[in-house]
Amino acid sequence: MHPIRKKRLTIVLFLLAGIAVAVGLTTYALRQNINLFYDPSQIAAGDAPLDVRIRAGGMVEEGSVQRDPESLKVEFRVTDFNSSVLVEYTGILPDLFAEGQGVVAMGRLNASGRFVADQVLAKHDENYMPPEVAEALERASAGTHKAGDSGGPETAY
Amino acid sequence: MAFDSLAAFIAMEGHGPYVWTCYGVFVLLLGGLVYWSLRQRRQVIAAQRRELSRATASGMAASQNAPAASFTRVKVSQD
Amino acid sequence: MWQLFHKLGSPKWFFGIANRLMPWLLLGGVALLFAGLIWGLAFAPQDYLQGNSYRIIFIHVPSAFLAQSVYIMMAVAAAVTLVWRMKLADVFVKSVAPVGAVLTFLALFTGAVWGKPTWGTWWIWDARLTSMLILLFLYFGVIALGAAISDEKSSARAVAVLVLVGVVNIPIIKYSVEWWNTLHQPATFKLTEKPSMPAEMWVPLLLSVLGLYLIFGWFACLRMQTEILIRERRTRWVKELVLAGRS
Repeated sequence: MHPIRKKRLTIVLFLLAGIAVAVGLTTYALRQNINLFYDPSQIAAGDAPLDVRIRAGGMVEEGSVQRDPESLKVEFRVTDFNSSVLVEYTGILPDLFAEGQGVVAMGRLNASGRFVADQVLAKHDENYMPPEVAEALERASAGTHKAGDSGGPETAY
Repeated sequence: MAFDSLAAFIAMEGHGPYVWTCYGVFVLLLGGLVYWSLRQRRQVIAAQRRELSRATASGMAASQNAPAASFTRVKVSQD
Repeated sequence: MWQLFHKLGSPKWFFGIANRLMPWLLLGGVALLFAGLIWGLAFAPQDYLQGNSYRIIFIHVPSAFLAQSVYIMMAVAAAVTLVWRMKLADVFVKSVAPVGAVLTFLALFTGAVWGKPTWGTWWIWDARLTSMLILLFLYFGVIALGAAISDEKSSARAVAVLVLVGVVNIPIIKYSVEWWNTLHQPATFKLTEKPSMPAEMWVPLLLSVLGLYLIFGWFACLRMQTEILIRERRTRWVKELVLAGRS
């Protein structure tokens, strides 16, 4: 390669490396601010400030959702399978809200450790599947599926 | 088909407006980009053709008739 | 190899190649995209959680994917502009920047419309959405800077530097969903793993990604040809071409 071009190429590479390092350090320093939400472990460890509008995110714990029969008030626990935080919310929940699903709640953490949300967003994962497959998976994981129930010989009839 | 009828296909169980808005905007914007790109190219070619034909016309005039013409024009203006 | 590289730099040679490629790119691209979209809209099964709203994925993912890979291609061309001063590389950057901007806008727009029924909000300032918005502004910046400097050489250099500086945003977009907590879910398609969806969903998705890629190729050829016609208008071959009236 021509020496001038070689020099230019090194300049370009240095430029790129320099910017990458600068941006990398900046995002590393700001990592807490870039995180959209605190997870329950962080809240339990006291990382999240009290009485400031923050977001909390995690999974809705199975069997923890309690709806108030007279109003739109709901209470549920958000967990990351290490610790959990109690969330209360009054309002309409998104369609995807369900036990075992991800959520991000926006609101304030009060002194008693309850999270009072004014907005709840549903978070979904990267898995997509047809309803029948989801049902089959659920049946399989529920353990009601017996090994001999569906086999080659029966379907052959 | 994942849908039983055309109506079900349009409605998408209530999600129709969201889905169809997205597909509509997608087709509209890409179609617009196609139209804009083709038109730009046509305009560039048309403009260059005009310029070229003007240049060749005046070039020919300059090479053959220009001296005589300017001579006569000067003459006329002096009259 | 170097010979091919230098040949690629010849606008006249590129013009001819582009002419031959374009019908195939357009035909193949439209066919694949239509197949993918119709399959995705009408034949793919619905999602067990999101129902039919997930069908937006068949345009959201191709747009977002192309928006990023167009930028990477522009960055490679920008490096070539700076190191080898190849004119055609600059032609590429300037011709495809508007296409990239449209694709980025489409990714953001379809994402917002999809987010409303699934997440419950049009927009949220999480790392993925914000870095994608920055990509849109980078495209706008490239277009504006290219238009603002009239001198061809300095404009090429300035735009190339901007494109290269902006390329650090691409890994941020890609890994934002893994490095930080975001509302946006991680990628469904990964190079190293099986996609986390069944074949009757990912095959149409793959078809529309490929189709959009080919259509982008067509856009690139067409728009680069136009740019070449403007820049090389004083050369003999362009004059002959314009007067012949073909293409």
